[in-house]
Amino acid sequence: MTIQFNKETFRDDYSFKNSDWAIERFPFPFHEDSYMYSVNMEQHRGGPEGSVYEKRFDVDEHYVSEMADRAMVLADDPLRCQSLPHMTLAGWDLLELIMVSKSEDYPDLFELHRDGDTWRWVNKPMGIDDTFTFMDETTLPYGPMEYITRQTQGDFCVLDQREDNLWMDAGMITTQADWSLDFDIGMNFFEWHAPVPKAHEMGIFQRALKFLLNIPQGAPARRLNWTMTVNPLLDTSPENYHKWGIQKTELTPENIGAKQHLRVELQSFFRLPRSNALVFPIRCYLIAFQDIVKSPKWGRRLHRVIRDLPEELATYKGFIDNRPMMLDFLSAYDDGLPTSPGVFPENETEPPLKK
Amino acid sequence: MSAAPQKAKAGAEKIDVTVTAVVPLNDLVTRFEFQRPDGAQFPTFSAGAHTVVHMDDGGQPRLNPYSLMSDPAERSTYAISVRRDDAGRGGSLFMHNNVKVGDAMQITYPVNLFSLDLRAKKHVFLAGGIGITPFMAMIAQLERSNGNWELHYSVRSEALGTYVDQLTYKYPNKVHVYYDDQGQGIDLETLLDGQPLGTNAYVCGPKGMIDWVHATASAAGWPDANVHSEEFTAPQPGKPFEVRLCKSDKTIMVGENESLLEAIEREGVEAPFLCRGGACGQCETDVVSADGEFIHRDHWLDEDEHAAGKKIMPCVSRFVGKSLELDR
Repeated sequence: MTIQFNKETFRDDYSFKNSDWAIERFPFPFHEDSYMYSVNMEQHRGGPEGSVYEKRFDVDEHYVSEMADRAMVLADDPLRCQSLPHMTLAGWDLLELIMVSKSEDYPDLFELHRDGDTWRWVNKPMGIDDTFTFMDETTLPYGPMEYITRQTQGDFCVLDQREDNLWMDAGMITTQADWSLDFDIGMNFFEWHAPVPKAHEMGIFQRALKFLLNIPQGAPARRLNWTMTVNPLLDTSPENYHKWGIQKTELTPENIGAKQHLRVELQSFFRLPRSNALVFPIRCYLIAFQDIVKSPKWGRRLHRVIRDLPEELATYKGFIDNRPMMLDFLSAYDDGLPTSPGVFPENETEPPLKK
Repeated sequence: MSAAPQKAKAGAEKIDVTVTAVVPLNDLVTRFEFQRPDGAQFPTFSAGAHTVVHMDDGGQPRLNPYSLMSDPAERSTYAISVRRDDAGRGGSLFMHNNVKVGDAMQITYPVNLFSLDLRAKKHVFLAGGIGITPFMAMIAQLERSNGNWELHYSVRSEALGTYVDQLTYKYPNKVHVYYDDQGQGIDLETLLDGQPLGTNAYVCGPKGMIDWVHATASAAGWPDANVHSEEFTAPQPGKPFEVRLCKSDKTIMVGENESLLEAIEREGVEAPFLCRGGACGQCETDVVSADGEFIHRDHWLDEDEHAAGKKIMPCVSRFVGKSLELDR
C-alpha cells in the first residue's frame, strides 16, 4: 500500500494522531489480562500482513513527522547521538542493514543501487538522493550511524560485545522513555539496567544477556516493552524532564482520554556482520486511551492490567499518581466479560461492550 | 508477546552450499571451499567467526564447528581448513575421506565467539598449529582497515606449517614462525613485555598453549579483558551411557562415538545449540536427577556449577554412573 504521511507534531500543539489504520495495527503489548516482566523474546521474522511486525523496520504514517522531530531534538542537543571511535564499523553495518532492508521491504519508497563500493540511496518520503562510497565516512554528511538513523523511525542502541557483556558504545536516542544516552554511554548491560526494580532479583537480566550475546547473524529477535506518556511526546528524556514532567499533573477526568497515551516499544535485536556488534532498535508507538478503548478487548484488558500492576512497577513507569484517574476512565470500558488470548484486537469476534 | 509465535530453531540459520574446492595443504590439513548453489553471495562475517558444518556420515549426523578462514570481504566463497583427527569421533575423518568437489552440504550462518576488540591499538596473534585459521580471517580484515597486528605462529615442523609460506611471503615483517622440531618457541614473556598500552592478545591453539598465554599475561600485569582465546572442544568419545529425557518421555543410549547432544538429536528431540564446542552456552540443560559422575568438558559453566551437578552442556560433556535424568 502507499502510505499517506501525516503532517503532525509531537510537541507544543500536539497535533499527532493515529488514523484508523494505525489504531488497528497498534502493537498492543498485553497478551493476557495481567502483566509481569519476562524476557518474552521471539524471532523477528515477519508477522501478520500489515502488522508492525511484518517488516524488518516498520515505516508508518508518522515517519516524516517523526524524522522532523528528531532533527529538532538533535539541533537542541547534539549529544543525543554519540558513537565511540571503535563503533564506526558497526555504524556502516547498521547503514547497510537498514538500506538493504528498507529498499527490499518498501521498494516504492526507498531505493539502493550498489556498484561496488559506490552506493546511491534514494529516500523518496524525505526527498533524499545521495551517492557515497561505502566505508568512506568523508563521502557522507554525517557518520554512517547518524546518517541512516536520521532517516529511520525509532531509537538505536549500538552495543559492542566483549568480555561476555554488551556495552552501550553508540546510539541515536531521541524518542526515549526517560533514559539518557549521554549518561549511559560506555556502560555495560548491568550498569545501564541498574534502575529497573524487581527484574534483577528475578534473574531476568542474566537470562536476557545470555540470550542477547547469542543472537546469531541472520536470526534477529524482538520483544515489546511499554510505559505511559501524557501527551504524544516522543522526546521524554531526562534532559528535558523539566519540560514534560510537569505535564503529568495536567490530566483531568475530562481530558484523560485524549491526553493519556500508552507508549509501546517494539524492540528488536540484530547481529551486525562486520563488527559483531548488536544493534537494538527501539521503536516507539503512541496511542491515546480514547483510541485504545475503541477495541472492546483492549479496553477490558488495559483496565485489568493497570488495576493489578504491582506498585513498584507503576512507580517505575511513572504513573503511580495518575493511576486512580486512569482506572476511573478505563473502568467504564470493562464489563467483566472474558477476553480472548493474544495481542490482536479481534474486533470481529470479541463481544461488544455491555453498557 | 506473542505477535506471531515462532519457536526458536536449534542452531544458527543454515545455508546450502556446494563444495567448490578440496585442497590438501599437508599430511594433516585440508582446505574446503564452499559456494552457494544459486550463485548468491554469502553474508559478510566478522573475523574470528566459525560455521557449523553439517555432515551425514552414513546416517549419523555430525555437526562440527570450524573457523571461517577466508577473507570476510570476499563474499562469493567461504573457506575452512580441517585438521584430520585420527583418534576423534569421525567428523574430521569424514571431511577428509568423503567430501568431494561438487558435494551439496549445509553450513550455518557465521557465529563469532572470538571477535577482534575493535578498541585495540594493536593486535598480537598467537597461533598453535591448526589454531591459525581464525587469524587468517582477522589478518585479512585488519589489512583492509589498516590495522596494526603481528602474528606469532608455532608449528610442529616445516612440513606441517599450514599457510606458513603464504603468510611469510605476504607479510614478511609481521609474521614470526616457530618450529617445534628445531627447538624454537615463542618467547612470550619478552613479547608481552614490549607491547604498547592498548594492545590486545589473541590465542588459538591447544589447551596447554591457551592456559600458558593467559597465565603469562596475567603474571605480567595484563588485564584479563585484553587477552582473548578460543578453544573449541571437540566432543570426545567415551563409554556409552543411558539418559532419561523427562519432557520428551524417552530413554536413550549415548554411544561411544557420539555426543549427548547428537544422541538427543538422533532421537528426534529438538534441543537448542549454537557452537557445539562448549563455549556459547546455548545448549545448557537442567539435570533433574543424577546418580554418578559428570565429565564436564565445557567452558561455559563455572567450577561451582560443575561441582553442583545441576546443569550439563550436552554438546561436549558426558556422564558415567547409574542413572541420569535431564529436563529435555
